[in-house]
Amino acid sequence: MAGSLRELLPDEELVKFYQQMLLCRDFEESCAEQYAKGHITGFLHLYSGQEAVAVGCTAGLQSSDYILSAYRDHAHAIVRGVEPKKVMAELFGKATGLCKGKGGSMHLFAPELNFMGGYAIVGGQFPIATGLAWASQLREEDRVTACFFGDGSMNQGTFHESLNWARLWDLPVLFICENNFYGIGTEVHRASAQAALHRRTCGYDIPSEKVDGMDVVAVYQATKRAAEWVRERQRPYFIEAVTYRFRGHSMADPAKYRSSSEQEIWKSRDPIPNLSRRLLEEGIVTQTRLDEIAQRCGAIVEDAVKFAMESPWPEDSAVWEDIYV
Amino acid sequence: MSEMTYRDAINMALKEEMRRDPNVVTFGEDVALYEGAFKVTRGLLAEFGELRVRDCPISENTIVGVALGAAMGGVRPVAELMTVNFALLAMDQIVNHMAKVRYMFGGQTRAPMVIRMPGGGGSQLGAQHSQSLESYFMHCPGMLIAYPATPADAKGLLKSAIRDDNPVIFLEHELLYNSKGEVPDDPEFLVPIGKAAVMKEGTAVTLVGYGRMAILCLQAAQLLEKEGVSCEVIDLRSLYPLDTETFVQSVLKTGRAVVVEECWKSAGLGGDIASRIYERCFDRLLAPVKRISGLDVPMPYSRKIEKLCLPQTEGIVQGVRDLLNEPY
Repeated sequence: MAGSLRELLPDEELVKFYQQMLLCRDFEESCAEQYAKGHITGFLHLYSGQEAVAVGCTAGLQSSDYILSAYRDHAHAIVRGVEPKKVMAELFGKATGLCKGKGGSMHLFAPELNFMGGYAIVGGQFPIATGLAWASQLREEDRVTACFFGDGSMNQGTFHESLNWARLWDLPVLFICENNFYGIGTEVHRASAQAALHRRTCGYDIPSEKVDGMDVVAVYQATKRAAEWVRERQRPYFIEAVTYRFRGHSMADPAKYRSSSEQEIWKSRDPIPNLSRRLLEEGIVTQTRLDEIAQRCGAIVEDAVKFAMESPWPEDSAVWEDIYV
Repeated sequence: MSEMTYRDAINMALKEEMRRDPNVVTFGEDVALYEGAFKVTRGLLAEFGELRVRDCPISENTIVGVALGAAMGGVRPVAELMTVNFALLAMDQIVNHMAKVRYMFGGQTRAPMVIRMPGGGGSQLGAQHSQSLESYFMHCPGMLIAYPATPADAKGLLKSAIRDDNPVIFLEHELLYNSKGEVPDDPEFLVPIGKAAVMKEGTAVTLVGYGRMAILCLQAAQLLEKEGVSCEVIDLRSLYPLDTETFVQSVLKTGRAVVVEECWKSAGLGGDIASRIYERCFDRLLAPVKRISGLDVPMPYSRKIEKLCLPQTEGIVQGVRDLLNEPY
C-alpha cells in the first residue's frame, strides 16, 4: 500500500500488527522444530507467509464477531487471543491443551473468544458459519461471522450451497478466502475454471473484492470496511486475500511443485520484514523496540513449548468424556 | 388422550415445543409455505411466522450444517430432510461435523438440534427413495437416534429430542404417517430417548423391532396368539443409545429371539442386536437368534416384487413358527 502508514492508523496499532505477525511466525517455526523432534505428531499445517491475513482481518472485526477457520488455524486462534501455550499443549496432545488434547492442530476452539473452530474437512466450515450467522441474526446479537477458507475449498459443494443460502436469507457472513494459490499441490488455475476467485460470487449476488494479503494494513482496511458493511446491511460479503504459504501444505509436503523463483518472489513480499521496514522508515519504531518485540515473541513461544512439554497427558478416562452432554 | 395420526402427533410435538421455547425453530425444503412434503409441518408457518419456520434451498449438506451452526450459536433447530435418502448428501455434516464438534473441541460446545428424516420402503418409490439407512447412523457415536413406531411415541420422543442438548437423528416411517393411536394431550408428555418399550408381554419368543417393524411384530404376535404362541414384542424406540437391557431381559425370560430389521441384512443393526443377545443370553437360548431383514438388493419398483424385499407380517409369523419347530 502506497503512502504513509501513519496517516492510516495509530502507531501502536501498527506495532501491534507487527508483534502479532511475528508471534505467529515464531510459533509456526517452533511447531516445525517440535514436529521434527517428534513432540508434535499427526497433521501439521503451518501458516508462515499468510500472517497479514489473520492479523489484518481479526483487527478489522469486533471481538464479539465469530471467527471460523479451516485446518491451518493456529494463527487465527492466537491472534484472536488464545494463549499460545494452550495451542502448543494441544499440538503436543496434552491434557492442558485448548481442547484437552482431543482436537489437535486442526481443531482449535475457544468459544469465550468467539473463535468457533478449525474444521478439517475442506469446506466443512461454510454451512456452520452460515448457521452461526443465522443464530446471531435470530437472537439480534449484532454479530458478524467471519469465515476463513482456502482457495481449494471453493470447489466444494458447501461453498456454493452456503453462499447461495447466506444471500438468500441475507445473513451477516463475511467470507474471507485466503488464496495461497495451491490446494495441496494443485495450482488454482488447474482447479478453478475462473481463477480470479473473487469473481465467482457473482452467481450468488454477493459483492466481493480482492486485497493484497501480504499487506496487513490493506487487509485490515478492507476487512473493517467489509465487516461494517455486513453488520449494517445484514448481508454477506466476500474478500479474496491474495497470499502465499512459505512452507508446504503440511509437514509431509516438501512443496516441489513450486519453482524456487516463484518462492523467492513471494518471500521478497514477506509481510513481516516489509512492515518492519516501513515502521522504521517512518520512524514509528526504533530498531531497539523491534528487537524487544522479537525477544518477547521468542520468549512467549519458548514458554509455550516448555508448558506443553511439562504438561500431563490426558487420563485414559478422557476417551469416554465429551461425546454427549 | 386424543386419537390422532402419527403425522399429527409429530406436528403436535413441534407446535408444543415451539410454543414452549422461542429458541426452537424449524426449517427444511418445502416445510413452510408448502407445509412439508408429507404435510408434517402443517400450520407451523401460520402460527410461528417466517422467522421461525423457513423454507430453504435444496442443499441437504448445508441444511445439516446450518442447523449445526445455529445450534452452536444458541438456537434449537429442528431441520427436516425431505427423506432419509437425501441424508446421504449430508453425511459429511452429519458424521464429520455434527457428531464430532463436542468431542474434538474438548467439550466446549454442544449441538442441541434435531434432524427429522422420513424414510423406509414399501411405497413403490424405487431404488433411490425406499431406503432404510438406520444402520448407517447407528455406526457413528456422537448423536442420538430415535425411531418411533406409534403416534404417542412420535410425540413424546420428538419432544424429548428437541429438549435434548445432543444432536438427534429423528427417523419417521413414511408408511406410518396415517396410522392412528391414542396420544396424550399433556404438553409435558415425554418419552425418554434410549428406553425401549414392551408393546406386548409374552413367554415363548421375543420379537425385537423398531419403527414400522415394531408394528409388524405386534401384528405377527397377535396372529400367533391365535395359534397359542405367546410372543413378547419389544419396540426399541431409540436406536442410539440402544436399550440392550430391555431386550436382553426379555430373551432371558423367553429363550428365543426374532430380530426384525427393515434395512439390508449385511452389516444391518439386527446383527448387532443378535450379538448383544448372544453375549448376554448364550446359555439361556433355546434356539439361535433369527434375523428377518430387508433383502440385500436395491429396491425394485413393481409392487409384486417390492414386497419380497421387505419384512412382512406373514414372514415374521412363519419365522416364529420355524424357530419354535426347529429341534434344538
